[in-house]
Amino acid sequence: MNTFKIGGVHPHDNKEYSAHKQITAVPLPKQAIIPLVQHIGAPAKPVVEKGQKVLVGQVLAEAGGFVSAPIHSPVSGTVTKIDTALDAQGMKMQCIFIDVEGDEWLPEIDRTDTLNAVCKLEPKEIIAKIQAAGIVGLGGACFPTHVKLMPPPGKTAEVLVVNGVECEPYLTCDHQLMLERGEQIMVGIDLVMKALGIQKAIIGIEKNKPDAIQHMTELANKHLGVSVKPLALKYPQGGEKQLIDACIGRQVPSGALPIEVGAVVDNVATLYAIYEAVQKNKPLISRVMTLTGKSVKKPGNYEVRFGTPLTDVIELAGGVPEDTGKVIGGGPMMGRAMQNLDMPCNKRMSGALFMTKADSVRVEPENCIRCAKCVSACPMGLEPYMLAKLSAAQNWEKMEKLNVMDCIDCGCCLFTCPSHRPLLDYIRLGKGKVGGIIRARQMAAQAKK
Amino acid sequence: MNLIVSPAPHAHSGDSVRKNMLNVIIALCPALIVATIAFGMGAIITTAISVASCVLFEWLITKFLLKQKSHICDLSAVLTGLLLAFNLPSNLPWWIVVIGALVAIGVGKMSFGGLGQNPFNPALVGRVFLLISFPVQMTTWPRPMQGFMALDAETGATPLAAMKQAIKESNADLLSNLPTLWESFSGMIGGSLGEVSALALLIGGIYLLCTKTITWHIPVSILCTVTVFAALFAAFAGLPVATFVGTTLCAGGMMLGAIYMATDYVTSPMTHWGQIIYGIGIGLIVMIIRCWGAYPEGMSFAILIMNAVTPLLNMYIHPKRFGEQKK
Amino acid sequence: MNIILVSLLVLGVIGILAAVLLYAVAQWFKVEEDPRIDEVQEVLPGANCGGCGSAGCRAFAENCVKASSLDGLLCPVGGAPTMAKVGEILGMAAVAGDPKVAVVRCNGNCEARPKTSEYNGTRTCAIMSTLYVGETNCGFGCLGCGDCVAACQFDAIHMDPKTGLPVVDEEKCTSCGACAKACPRNIIEIRKKGPDGLRMVVECVNKDKGAAAKKACANACIGCAKCKTVCGADAITVEANVAYIDAEKCILCRDCEAACPTGAIWAQNAPDRKFSGKPAAAAAKTAAAAPAEEGDGKFDPAVAAQIAALPTPQAAGMNLLKRAQAK
Repeated sequence: MNTFKIGGVHPHDNKEYSAHKQITAVPLPKQAIIPLVQHIGAPAKPVVEKGQKVLVGQVLAEAGGFVSAPIHSPVSGTVTKIDTALDAQGMKMQCIFIDVEGDEWLPEIDRTDTLNAVCKLEPKEIIAKIQAAGIVGLGGACFPTHVKLMPPPGKTAEVLVVNGVECEPYLTCDHQLMLERGEQIMVGIDLVMKALGIQKAIIGIEKNKPDAIQHMTELANKHLGVSVKPLALKYPQGGEKQLIDACIGRQVPSGALPIEVGAVVDNVATLYAIYEAVQKNKPLISRVMTLTGKSVKKPGNYEVRFGTPLTDVIELAGGVPEDTGKVIGGGPMMGRAMQNLDMPCNKRMSGALFMTKADSVRVEPENCIRCAKCVSACPMGLEPYMLAKLSAAQNWEKMEKLNVMDCIDCGCCLFTCPSHRPLLDYIRLGKGKVGGIIRARQMAAQAKK
Repeated sequence: MNLIVSPAPHAHSGDSVRKNMLNVIIALCPALIVATIAFGMGAIITTAISVASCVLFEWLITKFLLKQKSHICDLSAVLTGLLLAFNLPSNLPWWIVVIGALVAIGVGKMSFGGLGQNPFNPALVGRVFLLISFPVQMTTWPRPMQGFMALDAETGATPLAAMKQAIKESNADLLSNLPTLWESFSGMIGGSLGEVSALALLIGGIYLLCTKTITWHIPVSILCTVTVFAALFAAFAGLPVATFVGTTLCAGGMMLGAIYMATDYVTSPMTHWGQIIYGIGIGLIVMIIRCWGAYPEGMSFAILIMNAVTPLLNMYIHPKRFGEQKK
Repeated sequence: MNIILVSLLVLGVIGILAAVLLYAVAQWFKVEEDPRIDEVQEVLPGANCGGCGSAGCRAFAENCVKASSLDGLLCPVGGAPTMAKVGEILGMAAVAGDPKVAVVRCNGNCEARPKTSEYNGTRTCAIMSTLYVGETNCGFGCLGCGDCVAACQFDAIHMDPKTGLPVVDEEKCTSCGACAKACPRNIIEIRKKGPDGLRMVVECVNKDKGAAAKKACANACIGCAKCKTVCGADAITVEANVAYIDAEKCILCRDCEAACPTGAIWAQNAPDRKFSGKPAAAAAKTAAAAPAEEGDGKFDPAVAAQIAALPTPQAAGMNLLKRAQAK
């Protein structure tokens, strides 16, 4: 069975808590708080004013540049203020506050459930619609999707790689989406293939989701050029570069984008959003997220409008469990621990994981015994032990030479370290510093020109 | 209730230093059983003294000299003691064992800062120190299968000495006195207590590979190199190749060294290619010492020499990166 | 005999040849350097801290020798005496700068700024600051992991376990600026030391609006600008909800300290402290006035006990106690 070639680890997947739980819609909040930064790139610029009435799907903020995405109102009501609110890490972010009144949608949005598989639009029109709908990669990185669909001159896309891997332990939202809304995802794939002018799409699904593999294979048979590739279980298979390696056997060079090897990668949730945007005129205003954990009363997959406070979803799932030590936004491998549970859900929020106190505390690190397990585990072929040591010694130049910028933050090194050394903590710090040095160097070079 | 916040990842494999050390200790158990069968009580006593004094010295040094938290729970001192004992004759006087343990832990490990900091394998440092300081006692091995309580020693020409002579004189007759291949494979020969049974050591080695405690790179590269060179030497000297190669692989510390000593995490290279080069280096040096050197056995020296090369290998050999392009 | 003679001769000749070669090479590649650079380097402290802006003492010495005047060149570690010596060597007048000291602009101690989460990652401010807001709700204040302590080469800054904040040892501080550079939140400022160490400092850098800042920390500057109104020297600016006192303009009248409603402004090393608008003000004032009679600015433990015994120790009083103990 296919998988990526270098490194990787096998964390316990713990998906049993929320797997096969029907997607449940979360009731509308009283007040929606919509952050202006829900994507990679320039922040969106607000186009509404205090006191203005808005409908569901109306543009609240327009894209702040090419690599940016507009933000639409997920609720109907009155804009009360544009102010700062705290994000999951307790840092301030600009938000639009809306008092919810009823649930009135823009008239052009098709809210029926009927499958609309026919699309007569030109590729350019499809991309324009995706851009206008504010669609970003819902796998976690939130990179604006329309940018991926417009390859730079000289590069051509050959194959669409669909990410149905969901390699993060605990999370099941993509799995459930494939089971419940597979047909829509297939139409989304067709749309992206049409937009890119390609005839081939491969859906990568890990073998711990046999029902999804079977369901998607059956559907794929009805769609020309689409095939499903079952993949062996290994983390971080959902990483863009790893997935391309696993599905089509090509390795994206260091520092390059997938388009370099002719691939475009999209998550199944993104493709579902593309279907809704193009065929139903519905912009990206909600997503499916997993709320799970060992002692959560009602773990499950919840469809949540952006701007809903996370506490609303937690209430629906039976409240914060007694023994909670840590709450993680996303999965346990790459998700960020939260400081503030009042934060509004956004495009980035693939899940909330409640870890018990016992699971939350790190074990005291011991000396590095140079067992080289981190070297074997690193999916990018780096030497984490060395990078961490250099970072602690603030030797940024050497870190750059050892390609720290290739690091994808997957956490395999720390996961596998028998001495429990905080390798990734230091590597991430070094990556930030080296990134800053590189940017400063580029700026200086540009200034010279 | 205050939430706990820490950087990702929030999951861990559950692996620990202690688990790895314990795996190696478990893997060494068959060899210890064979040693007890072959050499009787002496094997158990020597092992017990070695392990106990290694742990004691580590505890004393961390407690009174370094004034740190004790690390004896990670079992690395136990493993060092076990490996040191395996490199000693079962009838060695107890005080020599204690000196060996002191050198292994005190000089070989703690003087560099403890676990993970030592450039040389501590057990081998202790062993080589004893070999040079007490050459007679260290090379007087009891004969196997003399009964449980027998502690009488008997010095004899070891297979390795005979082989060295045979290579020198190109005289196949000298090999006629060698123990049979089965004897040397199963461990019914004279030698240091843990080294004798290639079979038991191989079983432990397979356990280590299955539990992913070690990777195949170092043992396989050592054994392959040794096989190739032993075969070449035998062919050039006109000796029976199969006997020569077989005895080379089974006799002396070859198996113990290749599977347990050379694969020591701390002192072996970090990358797979580095490990292969390291293994080939050990294989080459051990054959050179065995055939032309002053000592009949060269595994300890070979490993120590390549230990010294390890930092160099770590510096120049990097793993293959994802998406690395050929220049 | 012959052998000894021959070896002596051979070695002797080799030695002489090598000596000649070394001398020739040394002459050939000799770099002409101003001898004064060495002299200047001699008188520098040799800490290589980089506080002067040059990369180490050698580089600073080179800069001094190259420069046409010593204006703007200052070794913060050695201070005026060192610069006078440098001036003597170079025959230039040393420009005496004001002595400076590192000042921690955060007073968010444990009482004023309660913990809202538990950090469980690597305890360095650099990593914590990239991860999240910190263990309290203040996104600007001290993270308390002590990166500044680690950065200090002079053992001049320490964490106070009671307040969780760093305390500068003004005797040892050389104002090299390493701590200020290490602080990811830019709390530490290298500031004019002031007469007898007396200086006015806004001990807060929270840029949040007043209500939010106050909610996160009782000692926060809320940007109310009362200090600016009372300042007769026009030394205070309020930008982004936080006041800043220009040390050059400040006349140390301490009106701002009295006007500050949250106690964010402090007269550091003041013989006594004035408080206003707070219930504990009177008590704190009498308590603080006592050591003034001793004249050395140090707090008596008896006075500290007195404050601690106050019926309702308010935040200000407690702060004073904490500070007294820290000194």
